Amino acid sequence: MTATAGGSEKRSWTATVRRAGLRALPPEKLLPDEQPVYVASWVYVFGVLTVAALIIVIGSGVVLALKGPAWWHVSSVGLFLNSVHLWSVELFFFFMVVHLWAKFFMAAWRGRRAMTWVTGAVAFIVSIGAAFTGYLSQQNFASQWIASQAKDGLNSVGIGAFFNVLDFGQMFTWHVVLLPLGIVVVVLAHVLLVRKHGVVPPLPARDSVTAESGDAVGERDGR
Amino acid sequence: MSARKTSADETWEGGYRPYDLVKEFVIALVVVGMLTVALAGVFSSPDKRAVTIAQWSRADPTDFATTALTELDGTSTTATYGPPYNTTPGAGQKIGPISLQRLAGVRIPIETARDFVLAPLASLASDQPALGRALRVYQQATDVQRQRWTDAYAKALTHATFRNGALLVPSGDYGPVEPIVARLVAFARSGGLDGALVTHSQFYATDYTKPLLFMADSTYLQGLAQQEHLLGGQWGMTNETGNFPGQSWLWLYTFWYQISPFKTSTNADALIWAIMAILTLALILVPFIPGIRSIPRRLPLYRLIWRDYYRSVEHQPESTTGA
Repeated sequence: MTATAGGSEKRSWTATVRRAGLRALPPEKLLPDEQPVYVASWVYVFGVLTVAALIIVIGSGVVLALKGPAWWHVSSVGLFLNSVHLWSVELFFFFMVVHLWAKFFMAAWRGRRAMTWVTGAVAFIVSIGAAFTGYLSQQNFASQWIASQAKDGLNSVGIGAFFNVLDFGQMFTWHVVLLPLGIVVVVLAHVLLVRKHGVVPPLPARDSVTAESGDAVGERDGR
Repeated sequence: MSARKTSADETWEGGYRPYDLVKEFVIALVVVGMLTVALAGVFSSPDKRAVTIAQWSRADPTDFATTALTELDGTSTTATYGPPYNTTPGAGQKIGPISLQRLAGVRIPIETARDFVLAPLASLASDQPALGRALRVYQQATDVQRQRWTDAYAKALTHATFRNGALLVPSGDYGPVEPIVARLVAFARSGGLDGALVTHSQFYATDYTKPLLFMADSTYLQGLAQQEHLLGGQWGMTNETGNFPGQSWLWLYTFWYQISPFKTSTNADALIWAIMAILTLALILVPFIPGIRSIPRRLPLYRLIWRDYYRSVEHQPESTTGA
């Protein structure tokens, strides 16, 4: 609770937002130095590994963007940076998919954590779009072929009329600005939701073995 | 009752242990950074050079001429594609009775005869009177006459040879089509057509729609893709040139193209997109889908993840573990 010198509560928008933020995510929740005892498996590492790989993806992508899309074709340093970008993307997806499956098998949406799952799944989908536009922005044979093939799928449902994979300029802008921004925003929301709600506890020890109707239990899962 | 230490809204009410999140993150960043640098250093990344129309027309002038002729007579894949490129009657994939492709309309208008053949050559006509005359004759001819010339030339191209920089076909009545195609071949081989297709109205250009559509109509590009195991029947986009991992996360999308009825359906793209849209939505909404959200409870995999926890609660008396 914030009070003025006179004792009355501050009513500014800024103070209201700060109070709401602190209520939702007090510092001890935002950066906890302890976790429930059940958080004791290597599978938990894949979330932070995904974020770490994303940082490498963005870092290498920023350098490639600074030098322009043609640089890596003519520079050995550029080729190395492109390789770092490629392999960090491969690792990013590997870590993310393991993380996703692990959270699925933990039914990690329980206890008002549905939005945590939703933001995670959306991050996965947006990441596929970002990687796809990255392949289109390579300016090599793979880009040409992927563009010529992917256009048919996008055109078949009307998307290609507005999202033209044969237009390098459009795809490059999506790849270096719009989709990375989308990923960062969604991942940030996802991580804050994880911090807010905490790591989902284990399924009931005996229910889990004997439950006849998962749905009956699951009715409360998505709330 | 179950032995657990969680409240009704799945809030943990049991014990905690020290956990250094920042340290874990820093270690993860260092490990992933080192792993990435090692992979990049050892394996590098693929970069098969982009194909140009000049390269195509030099490597396979007959294929280029044959493709150019289909652009001129309006029988190429692009010429008959439908939306978003043109208004070919009946073209456009459907999902049931609905064609989203047609609903989106023609947003990237392409008329292949004009855009791929006649307009690029018209830019040369001022210096080449014979070419100018051929273009005028072709444009002033009736559709029937044009088709007679292009049909005859299409047959002649099946016997074409290329010697001393010129496309040689058996003699016949091809009207202006022969000089038009011959000049386009020469223009393409010089590299001029690559530029003409991307810079028709302004100096700066980033839109490669026309040259890519032109090349995609050829068998040359297909052949190169087949060598690199990139065709749709070879799992297409999940692969990458050379021996590098591609977009393996697209495996499910590509999978549908490998099986019937999609493998042979004329609406395969639209149907597969519809399926993937539903599956994507289902993935996002897993917590709300009865049955799907209960799968984890029916599989013992979570007991592996939380094995220490279950071992501890299942070896304690009920009274000491109940919430």
